Amino acid sequence: MNYRAVRAIYLFEMARTWRTLLQSIVSPVVSTSLYFVVFGAAIGSRISQVEGVSYGTFIVPGLIMLSVLTQSIANASFGIYFPKFTGTIYEILSAPISYVEIVLGYVGAAATKSIILGLIILATAGLFVPLHIHHPVWMLTFLVLTAVTFSLFGFVIGIWADGFEKLQMIPMLVVTPLTFLGGSFYSIDMLPPTWRTVALLNPVVYLISGFRWSFYEIADVSVSVSVGMTVAFLAICLAVIWWIFRTGYRLKN
Amino acid sequence: MTIGQHLPENYHLRARFETIFLQPIAAEQGHSYFQAPLLSAQKGAGSGDSLPHPHRPPMSSIISVANLSKTYGSGFKALKNINLDIKRGEIFALLGPNGAGKTTLISIVCGIANPSEGKVLVGGQDIQTSYRKARSLIGLVPQELHTDAFESVWATVSFSRGLFGKPKNPAHIEKVLKDLSLWDKKDNKIITLSGGMKRRVMIAKALSHEPQILFLDEPTAGVDVELRKGMWEVVRGLQQSGVTIILTTHYIEEAEEMADRIGVINKGEIVLVEDKATLMQKLGKKRLTLHLQGKVTSLPESLSQYRLDLCDNGATLVYDYDTKGERTGITSLLSDLRNAGIRFNDLDTTQSSLEDIFVDLVRAS
Repeated sequence: MNYRAVRAIYLFEMARTWRTLLQSIVSPVVSTSLYFVVFGAAIGSRISQVEGVSYGTFIVPGLIMLSVLTQSIANASFGIYFPKFTGTIYEILSAPISYVEIVLGYVGAAATKSIILGLIILATAGLFVPLHIHHPVWMLTFLVLTAVTFSLFGFVIGIWADGFEKLQMIPMLVVTPLTFLGGSFYSIDMLPPTWRTVALLNPVVYLISGFRWSFYEIADVSVSVSVGMTVAFLAICLAVIWWIFRTGYRLKN
Repeated sequence: MTIGQHLPENYHLRARFETIFLQPIAAEQGHSYFQAPLLSAQKGAGSGDSLPHPHRPPMSSIISVANLSKTYGSGFKALKNINLDIKRGEIFALLGPNGAGKTTLISIVCGIANPSEGKVLVGGQDIQTSYRKARSLIGLVPQELHTDAFESVWATVSFSRGLFGKPKNPAHIEKVLKDLSLWDKKDNKIITLSGGMKRRVMIAKALSHEPQILFLDEPTAGVDVELRKGMWEVVRGLQQSGVTIILTTHYIEEAEEMADRIGVINKGEIVLVEDKATLMQKLGKKRLTLHLQGKVTSLPESLSQYRLDLCDNGATLVYDYDTKGERTGITSLLSDLRNAGIRFNDLDTTQSSLEDIFVDLVRAS
């Protein structure tokens, strides 16, 4: 294992975060705060409690997940796409490092950023609404699992994309709608039965449900199903990355 | 990491060490450390073997390319059955027109592209099965200026060292930056540097992990004459410390100035591999130019056997002759000119350059 190479890539990517602090950290925190103002305070004040929790408090896990999902994908996809775009990928490909080490460096850094961001948003939320986390260990487990899984997904998108448009396409057209429709701002029990069944096809539902359970013990689906779905998605992403490196897809041809 | 990288920068000691210790290791791995023949280019390329330099030990093969082919997804055959051996410690210049396959060949050896067929050994290690050992020996300076625009020079060079699994060594990075006249720019962001400086940053990155082999793909493109000569000095210094250098270049004078051996590649095939001196001697021609006293409109029949060219509206007469030939024909030409009443004020001779030889070879292939 070339630990020094993993460390070099990881620190390089983290340095990029600190260099672009405004874009990486401050911007998501500001936009999340706006969600609290609009949905939590303005609209939320006219909504009664959801399953015994005030609406402002109810949306906190969903909002954290919304940011963690989108930022994990954005960080990881940009992290690997940018060297492809500028050509500096030559150095990664010609270095004595394995594919596992490359993924550890890039995905590790992307996931770290998302986790830090998730925790900052959690702290920000604490300023707006009262928070009590019933299962902090499970909360962190879901946070880490989701950040890693979607960073892997972002890595795949970064390899696949051959232009900035494609880089944005999946996060904007697929992930954001799925997150909004995945119960970030509501419980899927509030939907009519037919739409509830449709919603269960959305993988993000399981992530948000499990994460919300760790906060308030309120869940749309069983916690074990949430964990299972997250791990399944993680396995799919790993399999795709394994295939990418085995074939050299869009990297070595 | 290789044993050789811990050696002092004295080539003689290093070579002696490798002879004593590495040869048996390579033999155990089923690979001849001193591979013969030293080169084996197809299409009847010359042997290129020559007596070793008096100040350097005999060269062994550090890179061995066998039956290497590359076909891209589009069906384009970039490399066709390449066989090539690079000797340890030499400067090898790979020449070829645009699209000849130079960069593809380098990319495969360095691990950036996958080969379609064939085998490449670097320091006796297979680039696919023992890629860590093989790649750790190589430093690559690609043709394009690929840099992390917002990183500082120091950070990007240190990053490269880490990427190759080497422990931090600020003294080495400092030496590399000083050798390349980049020390006073170490804290500058790369985006603020000139093209020539960026090129040197890329060389510094490639040298950061103390490679035994350095690939320079068009190293002096966009670099002014003074810097180019400074870079040649750096390259020579590296060779003195035992680094094998493979360079591709469009500046034929660069190959002529620097290389020990020349390889010519065209349309994905190695056309020729030869010692530079031998190549110049074998394929070089000389030209005799006579500056005539008066203008001549046509040459008499008695001079038709010489294949002369009248230039400058009849003011100069040009005669090309083969340096290898037993008789150059100069004496009889001068005698026949006098008999024909053609007088001249001055004469000079010039040796054909590597560029002339290269153009002839590529056209012929």
